[in-house]
Amino acid sequence: MVNEAATSISIVDDAFARVKDQTPLDSALIPLLQAVQNALGYLPAPALQRIARLLHLSESQVLGVATFYHQFQLRPTGQHVITLCQGTACHVANANEIHQFLVQHLQIPPDDDTSPDGVFTIQRVRCLGACSLAPILKIDDDIYGHVTLPKLPRILAHYTQHDRTKRAPTPSANTEAHPHAPHG
Amino acid sequence: MHLMDNCCDQCTHSAATPCPDYLLCRTTGPLCHESDACKEHIAAAITRVTYGDGDLRITVGMSTCGLAAGAQAVYDAVHALIQERGLPAKLVPVGCMGCCYAEVLLEIQRQGYPAAIYDHVDAQRVPPIVDAYLCGDVSGAFALRSKTGQLTGEAEVPLLSELEFFQGQVRDAIENCGVIDPTSIEEYLIHGGYQALTHVFQDLTPDAVIAEVAAAKLRGRGGAGFPTGLKWQLCRQAPADHKYVICNADEGDPGAFMNRLTAEGDPHKVLEGLIIAAYAIGASKGYIFVRAEKPLMAQRFQAAVAAARRYGLLGDAILASAFHLDVDVVLSAGAFVCGEETGMMAAIEGKRAMPRPRPPFPATQGLWHRPTTINNVETLAHVPRILAHGAAAFTRVGTPRSAGTKVYCLTGKIARTGAVEVPLGTTLRRVLFELGGGILAGKAFKAVQTGGPSGGCLPSQFLDLPLDYETLQAAGSIMGSGGIVVLDETTCIVDLARYFLTFTTAESCGKCTPCRDGLEQMLALLTRITEGQGRAGDLEQLQRLSETICDASLCALGRTAPNPVLTTLTHFRAEYEAHIHEKRCPAHVCAALVQGYHVVAARCIACGRCLPACPVAAIALRERPALPGDTGVRTAVIDAETCIKCGHCARICPVAAIEREW
Repeated sequence: MVNEAATSISIVDDAFARVKDQTPLDSALIPLLQAVQNALGYLPAPALQRIARLLHLSESQVLGVATFYHQFQLRPTGQHVITLCQGTACHVANANEIHQFLVQHLQIPPDDDTSPDGVFTIQRVRCLGACSLAPILKIDDDIYGHVTLPKLPRILAHYTQHDRTKRAPTPSANTEAHPHAPHG
Repeated sequence: MHLMDNCCDQCTHSAATPCPDYLLCRTTGPLCHESDACKEHIAAAITRVTYGDGDLRITVGMSTCGLAAGAQAVYDAVHALIQERGLPAKLVPVGCMGCCYAEVLLEIQRQGYPAAIYDHVDAQRVPPIVDAYLCGDVSGAFALRSKTGQLTGEAEVPLLSELEFFQGQVRDAIENCGVIDPTSIEEYLIHGGYQALTHVFQDLTPDAVIAEVAAAKLRGRGGAGFPTGLKWQLCRQAPADHKYVICNADEGDPGAFMNRLTAEGDPHKVLEGLIIAAYAIGASKGYIFVRAEKPLMAQRFQAAVAAARRYGLLGDAILASAFHLDVDVVLSAGAFVCGEETGMMAAIEGKRAMPRPRPPFPATQGLWHRPTTINNVETLAHVPRILAHGAAAFTRVGTPRSAGTKVYCLTGKIARTGAVEVPLGTTLRRVLFELGGGILAGKAFKAVQTGGPSGGCLPSQFLDLPLDYETLQAAGSIMGSGGIVVLDETTCIVDLARYFLTFTTAESCGKCTPCRDGLEQMLALLTRITEGQGRAGDLEQLQRLSETICDASLCALGRTAPNPVLTTLTHFRAEYEAHIHEKRCPAHVCAALVQGYHVVAARCIACGRCLPACPVAAIALRERPALPGDTGVRTAVIDAETCIKCGHCARICPVAAIEREW
């Protein structure tokens, strides 16, 4: 933990060096928080304190912004982040069932978002904007369309079994996707 | 020689020493200096932009939607094939041409021959497709861009414009999407890009630009439909030392992705519109505010801004004019309320994105209290054409009050999902049933949801509605950003209303009481109704709360948040009443109203997977009488007494043998 605090402070300092000429200075707050979030996957308290000091803001102002926006997490996430879209098109395509399945399959405890083994964190987002391929989910930076429950274990296994270098093979979206869609 | 480079010593253009004729020199001419050799060099460079050093161009649709359908694997397969065969091909990742239903799309063209587009491509199909095309055979293609009679099978493949999905589409904002390489300023340029900018700087005063946009009757495509010319005029008139222009790329309506599609497929068009807007109002600094959930869009904008800076289209003395502008891409940290303009400006200032009362409007007091214009991505994407071809060309389509075209995103239970660009005033029926191909899997149409969480649900009696700002508002919904989510008989309207309230409750910034607390009360009522706990008087209470929130909320997001409830209470009251009085969900969605689960013995394969899945051990395997053509004579049986109706068994069953009872 001591190490992580030191790392997070050096990330803040590096990022601050890039934005310190921005005027007014407090407009650099969100970019600084994003730099830490992107590097560590969450915002450790020492980083928030450091940012407050550098930008001459109170810690409560920094925490206020950090808790306002969805992108920021105050707790560490698992090794892989599953981003589950809950846009309207995904909702009417039963995205809820996918969420329920994942919670059960990964044994996510109630009031938590991370599996007990620390491998997966589930985050639900408003809309990823790939509605035409609903339901959609992302694992880290890989995006999967037309997700169905039977495909899920295979997709997940790819992230647990391999030291993964690339995304899981596309679950034959081409044959299973929209079997009824007539060609224009 | 690269297209953007100077052709000879007589060309002196650079970002530091700009030349007003630079862009014309690179494309249509006339050159700033007379030289036949340079003309040849430039013509060769233009060809190289399209085909590289060979004569073949292969593109793969790699927008977020394409990637979700597996475009990366297709791209890799094409790349490997080019390497392996030594094909003289330029492989280009392009954006989405709108027909997401047909992803992954691959297009191949040999110079001098028609381009062929292939749908539902996967890595295995790449070699046979490329081989067939190279042998002059296009049979099996999805569509052709032109027909010349040179290729086998041309007769049986439709032209792209002949596909139902494209009939009636008039493309402006998304015309280059899926065609050009979005990371290449050269490709934008040879498709007519930045010509409007050259014309503006050479021939037009800011007031003339505003007059042209006003004459085109361009209205904000982000939802409210405010006249863009007037918006610019107000900001231009406001006295200040600095002014700002913001491109709103914080596309947050679920079900809308036209901004993502536009920016991922053709970011320079939006940037060109932004530079023109800045020139018109006199802004020296621009921001492109991009939604956090759409990272590819941000990357595309960042690359476009960097390229424009490199060639002197941003910075000081742009194209040797007295105008200077710099643009930053700002990543939203994710909050729906950032889409509200005063909220967005607070976010850029580094604060919580809480809206403030208007007036003062941003045109007079915006970012850091200075005059600011905020335009949506799609609005800005229309600007170059208006300036390049004149207002009259823009008003040729559309309705008298709403000129031009609008991009709609078709999603939900529709056969052809994707994005279409049609003239304003096109009917919903045309969009859904002709372009969109009707309802998925032959189910019955129930409603469309337009305008996201601020919009409403319109049933079939509105199908002949000509879509524009006023007609949608009169029908109780809104245009919003143009997302159209199609609902069929399997969608529960009450559940959908609850869904939207879940959304708006979570996204309420918390500043004003009606929105913060009122929406929470509405959500509690709707949740109770979907859980079979609805009571007489609930609907009246919902109506009252809705009206109060609409009247008393501070910003447009709060004022419109009850719309999904209000429109459905009007058009689908019976469905609410079935939930409340009969404890029944007619669409078979609300899980709490499930009566129980049973196993269809004829389908059950007795695999036993549901036994450990059941949290209360209500399932057992039992002997059963043999059925004709049987493989086993055991079946799972659910004990109705013990069952808690959680549904885990139905989800886990590999043969869908466990059914709900309603």
